[in-house]
Amino acid sequence: MFACLHGTGNLAAVAFDFSPMVERTLLDTVTCDVDGLDRLYGSAQELAAAMARRAAETGVPAAIALAANPDAAICAARGFPGVILIPQGDEAKFLGALPVSLLGPSAELQVTLERWGIHRFRDLAALPPLGIAERLGMEGLRLRELARGEAERKLVPLDEPPRFEEELDLEYPVELLEPLEFLLARLLNGLATRLATRGLATNELRLSLHLENRATHERTLRLAAPSLDGKSFLKLLRLDLAAHPPAAPVVRIRLGVNPVKPRAAQGGLFVLAAPEPVKLGLTLARIQAMVGEGKAGCPELLDTHRPDAFRIPKPGDPGKPGPRVAKTAPWDSGPSSFVLRMFRPPRIARVTLDSGHPSFLTAEGIRGRILERAGPWRTSGDWWTAGAWSRDEWDIALSDGVLYRIYCELRGWFVEGSYD
Amino acid sequence: MGAVVLQKQFESLLGGHLGWQAKPVAETVPSGVEEIDLAAGGLPRGCLTEIVGASSSGRASLLVSILAKATARQEFCALVDAEDSFEPHSAAAAGVDLPRLLWVRCGHSAEHALRASDLLLEGGGFGVVALDLGDTPARNARRISLTSWFRLRRAVEHTPTVLIAVERQSNAGTSASLVLELSRERAHWTGGAPECARLFGGMRTAIVIGGRRRQGLTPLSVRCKDLALVIGDRQHCPRGAKSAPWDSGVSPQE
Repeated sequence: MFACLHGTGNLAAVAFDFSPMVERTLLDTVTCDVDGLDRLYGSAQELAAAMARRAAETGVPAAIALAANPDAAICAARGFPGVILIPQGDEAKFLGALPVSLLGPSAELQVTLERWGIHRFRDLAALPPLGIAERLGMEGLRLRELARGEAERKLVPLDEPPRFEEELDLEYPVELLEPLEFLLARLLNGLATRLATRGLATNELRLSLHLENRATHERTLRLAAPSLDGKSFLKLLRLDLAAHPPAAPVVRIRLGVNPVKPRAAQGGLFVLAAPEPVKLGLTLARIQAMVGEGKAGCPELLDTHRPDAFRIPKPGDPGKPGPRVAKTAPWDSGPSSFVLRMFRPPRIARVTLDSGHPSFLTAEGIRGRILERAGPWRTSGDWWTAGAWSRDEWDIALSDGVLYRIYCELRGWFVEGSYD
Repeated sequence: MGAVVLQKQFESLLGGHLGWQAKPVAETVPSGVEEIDLAAGGLPRGCLTEIVGASSSGRASLLVSILAKATARQEFCALVDAEDSFEPHSAAAAGVDLPRLLWVRCGHSAEHALRASDLLLEGGGFGVVALDLGDTPARNARRISLTSWFRLRRAVEHTPTVLIAVERQSNAGTSASLVLELSRERAHWTGGAPECARLFGGMRTAIVIGGRRRQGLTPLSVRCKDLALVIGDRQHCPRGAKSAPWDSGVSPQE
């Protein structure tokens, strides 16, 4: 199935919204291959209606025709106004009333046809092919094929770099998020459809809001995996805008996506299904809206000896290989690591010393005599930078039976956490 | 007519007890502690398991062991940390594959932790979702309504996720399928004087396994068994970062 758009304006942009195979047939005519779009749009009538809607939205006045071969679609679009759909096999019947001059014959051939009284497609289509070949040659045969709607050829694709961006100038400034969502949904739907027609997905959304105070509010959302789920994109944008609202009413919206190949993954037969990336991104966005940005993610150990050194990278950040950690099971009978529960921030402590060793501890929610202790373990690092650190650590058992790690640095004593 | 009579009539019509209400027994996964797996049969999927105990009773070590085992099975895990107390270095040393662990730091809010757990369970795809209320004050944890626990139980039902709650005391009531109650017995210190030559050598903890509510129609059967386990030694220098203890450690005055 081929579609042809005949009119003025950026016809190619409209065609590219539906198909990557677009031919610029003439200056005012564009043809595209719309085969296989039935899964996205349903029947050919619905596709034709969607193309007409899209052309109207982008302000491109165009006649649209859909037919089984490109030349029949071109003739119909150039000959009839509005939207026309030619069923396969009925091309000659539909095109019969069109003037022969639409086929663009040479001047000599045009005169000959007029002299013969051939004015319409149906007149030319009714002539015998052998007689035409004898009298008009190959050009005559070609015109007869076109008039019957039987010509077959390949499109010459237009090599135009695709830009997946949508813009919308608003008639009046939008202050509230809810009306803004409706507009974003419209832009996202258009972009998602364009990506889908090219078999692409996206892993990045770029939103640029031009504000009434001439400022620009820009947000970039990176997804963990490429996706094409417009509804999820809209929810992500809504959560992000709720967390980072624009400072003034919006007068213009620009939304762009980064086109990438869709994610192809095969799950293991005996492995539990992993969280679906876009759904997980949405869940994380909801959680971060609640607990704060940067408070949810996969922890990454930093390659330093500084205590409690880790980071939670943002989604889409390339992870750095962490330091090698000797792995041991905490419940093995052999030597192993012991799990510490951190107090963040560390609790300020008052420690009574007995012969230079801690003997009594008081801190927020903690008070007791120190029954057992091991230490001090002296650690230091980063002395070559401004962030130098140095401390003495003790492992202690209080009279209430709880085991703590305390440390002493220049600022005083602190309880770092409890062993659990 | 009573439900029991109706049930008997229905069963007699069908030719005997067919177990028509019985649900399949929940699949279990190993916890990483052989004794617990032998005594309790592992941790049930699609159910809530409570790990309760006082501070320093080994709750975090058991949780980390479960996470390490789950990530070793290539499962994705989520840890909802109500008090921001998770220590990634000890977890990595205990075998947790950190890229497979989603850590949610709730900044001392049990309410946020509950909502985050609910969202994660709703999203699905996790092998283990752990809700750590271990450092939450007991009075705050007690304020969590039974409805909230019931909601979590319903959210995890019919999913392959193991839901774990770490608390000071059991609060979930009948919503919990398995309760592991830990209590510290004694700590082991190795080496003698001076103190700089001593090492915190481990801890002995007792575990009481209580199955408050079994899956399916099986009546509530409380099967307790005391276990005495030794949690491993403290490895003070996990990455070789720390120097040997110093005899002449300078300690500031109080």
